[in-house]
Amino acid sequence: MFENLQEKLQRAFKSLRGQAVLSEENITEALREIRVALLEADVNFKVVKDLIDRIQAKAVGAQVMTALSPGEQVIKILRDELVETLGKDTAKMKFSSQPPSVILMAGLQGSGKTTTSGKLANWLKQGGHRPLLVSVDVYRPAAREQLKVVAQAIKAHIYEGEVGEANTATVERLAKEARREAIITGCDVLIVDTAGRLHIDEQLMDEMQLLKKLLNPSEILFVADAMTGQDAVRSADEFHKKLTLTGVVLTKMDGDARGGAALSIRQVTGQPIKFIGIGEKYDALEPFHPDRIVSRILGMGDLLSLIEKAEQQIDKKKAQEMATKALSGDGFSLEDFREQLRQVRKMGSIKSILGMLPSVGPLAGMQKAADQVDEKQINRVEAIIDSMTQHERLHHEVINGNRRKRIARGSGTSVQEVNNLLRQYAQMRKMFKQMGKPSFARRMAGMKMPGR
Amino acid sequence: MIQTLFGSLDEKKEPSFFERMKEAVTRTRESLAERIDDVVSIGKEIDRNTLEELEATLIGADLGTTTTKEVLAKLRDKADRKQIKDVGELKRLLKEEMLAILAATGAPPARVQKGPEVILVVGVNGTGKTTTIGKLAQVLRGQGKTVLMCAADTFRAAAIEQLEIWGQRTGVEVIKTKPGGDPSAVLFDALQAATARGTDYVIVDTAGRLHTKTNLMLELEKMRRTAQRIIPGAPHETLLVMDATTGQNGLQQARQFTQSAGVTGIVLTKLDGTAKGGVVIAISRELGLPVRYVGVGEKAGDLLPFDPQAFVDSLFA
Repeated sequence: MFENLQEKLQRAFKSLRGQAVLSEENITEALREIRVALLEADVNFKVVKDLIDRIQAKAVGAQVMTALSPGEQVIKILRDELVETLGKDTAKMKFSSQPPSVILMAGLQGSGKTTTSGKLANWLKQGGHRPLLVSVDVYRPAAREQLKVVAQAIKAHIYEGEVGEANTATVERLAKEARREAIITGCDVLIVDTAGRLHIDEQLMDEMQLLKKLLNPSEILFVADAMTGQDAVRSADEFHKKLTLTGVVLTKMDGDARGGAALSIRQVTGQPIKFIGIGEKYDALEPFHPDRIVSRILGMGDLLSLIEKAEQQIDKKKAQEMATKALSGDGFSLEDFREQLRQVRKMGSIKSILGMLPSVGPLAGMQKAADQVDEKQINRVEAIIDSMTQHERLHHEVINGNRRKRIARGSGTSVQEVNNLLRQYAQMRKMFKQMGKPSFARRMAGMKMPGR
Repeated sequence: MIQTLFGSLDEKKEPSFFERMKEAVTRTRESLAERIDDVVSIGKEIDRNTLEELEATLIGADLGTTTTKEVLAKLRDKADRKQIKDVGELKRLLKEEMLAILAATGAPPARVQKGPEVILVVGVNGTGKTTTIGKLAQVLRGQGKTVLMCAADTFRAAAIEQLEIWGQRTGVEVIKTKPGGDPSAVLFDALQAATARGTDYVIVDTAGRLHTKTNLMLELEKMRRTAQRIIPGAPHETLLVMDATTGQNGLQQARQFTQSAGVTGIVLTKLDGTAKGGVVIAISRELGLPVRYVGVGEKAGDLLPFDPQAFVDSLFA
């Protein structure tokens, strides 16, 4: 997400390292780099100016009272400022005391309202809610059809209704009917997907205000594209002025956009970013954690997200079973090896996992390594194991020359690659066996940990 | 000097010669606006604020820091040679710079002698590919051409239906497959149909994809190969549809899509909003990609040929 900004800031701080005192002079260069980096990250230039001024004021004033190095100090100040700007806490969803709670989705064309509506319904369902979806986008061709397909895919309720004429009266009627439907069918949340509109389109903005008055929503979410540039402040500001937004969803965060729009929108609306969209699948919606994103911006890694992801994706029971098996006498079969590969890959591409590690400190090299990871290599390993028979996977010793040839053909690889894999596997197996022996544990316990 | 005579060599109080040198050097490296300050001495009416304003205008229009810096640096060169009297003159020169960047880009591909001409439409999610295709079909129909649309976005929910509605509006047939089908397969069908019928144009809709998704970008490469096999030289034009609100990520999009899909031109959509779409200047500068059309609304007639002069004027509007 924010890799590029991260690199730039680190370069800026490199020149600060080794300096004794933090003065107006020696932070100028760093501040200039920060300014360029933030602008290149699409943070609005007014917001950047503001940030830079605040950082400078704090940095120059704080020089005597700290034991941190100048670089660390500026990083800390910048970090605090960004966290401050983005809001400290993870935002929660508000529900009304009288169901159904209405969530009104608003935004420009193509920001991802319909997909986000689906993801949100899916997220609410997982949290034990009964959401009802309705699309009042009577303007864009096939927009309502799109939400219907999405609803079917996530098995969520949807109110379809009849359109008739494409005008505000229809929009109003559909909204009313959907609310009645929610009450009748016992749905506690109504998600209203609206047509994308420009903030300067008065007629359609009036329609939004009308919807707001009619439905009294507990949440009005502004859906914004993470790739948005300088104009983000203007559209967010207009939407906020007309509707009083309650939160923001930042979509398409799985790309390489640096997402400076997050800072701009937050600054101008004062409303929290509640979710980020991180993929095209319906579960690719995550609550927004400002501190984690900021850590990421500053090269401190997103370890918390990584740990959470691992916890969610990796089947703990399976992992435990595998560990016991690997360390016991039975050993670790090729079947287990494949399973382990699959578990790791459930968390995402190896590249994205490595990308979440800090790019400073002992793991500094890992992010660079991420660029060199060949995902295809892992695909090939899996293909090779897939091409083995069940018997071969459990008893690797039967794999002779002929079988190797067959496996290579079956997996579209070469005998050499099959040999390599078997060699690596044998090494792993040996290592696991060592670890399982009581003597190994004793040796480990007696060992001094480095750096303690 | 006198201090040295009196033996008072307190380094902290009086900057040494070297420190002063360093300071002077640092000063020449001052921020952009300050560097352009030199211009101020040329025309009395132009002050530092004017230049800061210009910088803010360019950055605010999403030109990006690199392009802004370059454009302003060139402006200074010109200002050195000519006498700049007022702000209006400065702006005129600035516009000239940007027009020069936009003019240095490729011309539209030569019309194909024997049809069909294939136009592949690509871009990230939500930029307005399908809408643009509908409008483009309208433009071509208006010129009396025969057109086929190919619904190769088999991924997004209801994308095919959306294109079909545009087909009905513009009186153009849509070649399609089932949702989830192979985009290259439907492209194959569409090109075969177009060849058999002697259709003038085939416009191919593709699924929106982030340029960072390697496998999806490979899919575009495959589509290109498929097109080429059936009609040598196809796709004749590959249009990257870009949202005018896009910030600096637009450069990355243009780079990646050009690499995988061989982009030959850009369609800048949603220019009817307040976003200026200045990132296309950065793209033109770096990749030499021309802007072919701009989208200015949701109706079939809301696609206009790109007018560089009007575009550059709008940056200061």
